[in-house]
Amino acid sequence: MLATWWAWITDLGNSKIVSLLIFFFTFISIVLYVYTNKARSERLESYRYLPLMDDDAPKPPAQQASPKRDEK
Amino acid sequence: MAHSAVVSSEQYNYDIVKKFAIAAIVWGIAGMTAGVYIASELAWPFLNFDLAQITFGRLRPVHTSGVIFGFGGNALFATSYYIVQRTCQARLIGGKFWPEFTFWGWNLALAVGGIGYLFGITQGREYAEPEWYVDLAITVVWVVYFILYTGTLMRRNQPHIYVANWFFMSFILATALLHIFNNLAMPISLTSVHSYSLFSGVQDAMTQWWYGHNAVGFFLTAAFLGMMYYFVPKQAGRPVYSYRLSIVHFWALSFMYMWVGTHHLHWTAIPDWTSTLAATFSILLLMPSWGGMINGIMTLSGAWDKLRTDPIMMFLITSLSFYGMSTFEGPMMSLKSVNALSHYTDWTVGHVHSGALGWVAMVSIGSFYHMIPRIWNTTLYSTKLVYNHFFLATIGVILYITSMWVAGIGQGLMLRAFDQYGNLAFSFIETVSFMHVPYIFRAIGGMFFVAGMLVMAYNIYMTIARARQEVPATTTATPVQA
Repeated sequence: MLATWWAWITDLGNSKIVSLLIFFFTFISIVLYVYTNKARSERLESYRYLPLMDDDAPKPPAQQASPKRDEK
Repeated sequence: MAHSAVVSSEQYNYDIVKKFAIAAIVWGIAGMTAGVYIASELAWPFLNFDLAQITFGRLRPVHTSGVIFGFGGNALFATSYYIVQRTCQARLIGGKFWPEFTFWGWNLALAVGGIGYLFGITQGREYAEPEWYVDLAITVVWVVYFILYTGTLMRRNQPHIYVANWFFMSFILATALLHIFNNLAMPISLTSVHSYSLFSGVQDAMTQWWYGHNAVGFFLTAAFLGMMYYFVPKQAGRPVYSYRLSIVHFWALSFMYMWVGTHHLHWTAIPDWTSTLAATFSILLLMPSWGGMINGIMTLSGAWDKLRTDPIMMFLITSLSFYGMSTFEGPMMSLKSVNALSHYTDWTVGHVHSGALGWVAMVSIGSFYHMIPRIWNTTLYSTKLVYNHFFLATIGVILYITSMWVAGIGQGLMLRAFDQYGNLAFSFIETVSFMHVPYIFRAIGGMFFVAGMLVMAYNIYMTIARARQEVPATTTATPVQA
């Protein structure tokens, strides 16, 4: 049984179709997963803000120089 | 604000990001200068000076490796180490030694490979020219890079892995796969610098272009999209337009890119069905590519004024526009009928540079102008110089690609022209003569781009020099603040 299956899947004519179907349905499943459920969509969209949560804009040179002047 | 920046520099490993960023700029100038030189050699052949080491054939891989792996590779190491730490809010693993190992390992391998090219030591595989000993060194460095990246992702303080990291992971994994399989070769002997490929004939060609186009897809596209998905929102100060679209963008690219390499071999001895398959997937790729471009550009929605006021944003959005343009041109050129005209002509060279200069270099430059002041905890020395750089770069790219369209399409038409008796209408030398003027403009376009890079190097040097002067001032001021 296993030998028969192995012989079938190692035939490129079969394995190419199988991999095409696997890739195609995996991709369709991902698209459906991403766009179908409203709560899930909101959760996914909340990740948009991740890069902005680490904000550390550089300070302008005037601010950096001011403590030295204060010290004097 | 200053406090958060100081905490950042202690929390994250910025030393390694700084090293890679500087190396990228140095390699960028060196590699692009080599490119301008070989472009000039094609326009003015006396520049060969009868020296074998500086002829087009020897210098060309120095140029391509210098800009792709030297400039692009170092830029990707720098930005990926920066992004993974900041989006995971975790320090890079590996202490001081292992990240440094990736820096010295990567750059030494490139230098050894590059010197070899000048002396004719090459596998003759496009974008994979280094011989077996350099390939082995790169493999070791890449495995360490993979471990550092995944290890940092695993110690993240965020429950979600931001999409930019997905693109970087895809780039790291795919590049490992491509590099290993395309470079399977048997050294002639352990003391010889030469080797013999494991593949032969059409399998060798298909393996090479499976590698070649996926180097474009995963090294020059997926990874730089990771850069885009972090730096465009950061510079715009707004979240990416659609996170869900970015997920579909990622998976669509990952599923489709692997199939398209054979379009580089249209009208050769390969089986016809592989050619058709590659062309079909190339056309399909237009959708995710444009989805990603739209996602990036629409991030500016509601803040379009930044395109007038922020030169860094100009770099980033222009890069996305070139990404869109070259990912339209690429599928079009992959059609067999169009390819019959474009292949073996300079149209291909123009297309590559529309992607490499317009997309890859510009998104890297924009990202560097954003990132470098932050890792040195300062501001840019001159915004005006960024404007100057932007216009030099844009004029350079446009000059380059338009002259290559003229050269390539003209060359293609001449090579295909027949007279009334069915003989070739033009001799080969007539096509060379026709391309002389476009070649001059191409070289001038390259000079513009290199001039922009020199402006950038000066601006970044002054930014860093000023940051170093500011450090003692901040240190002295600390007790007063306390």
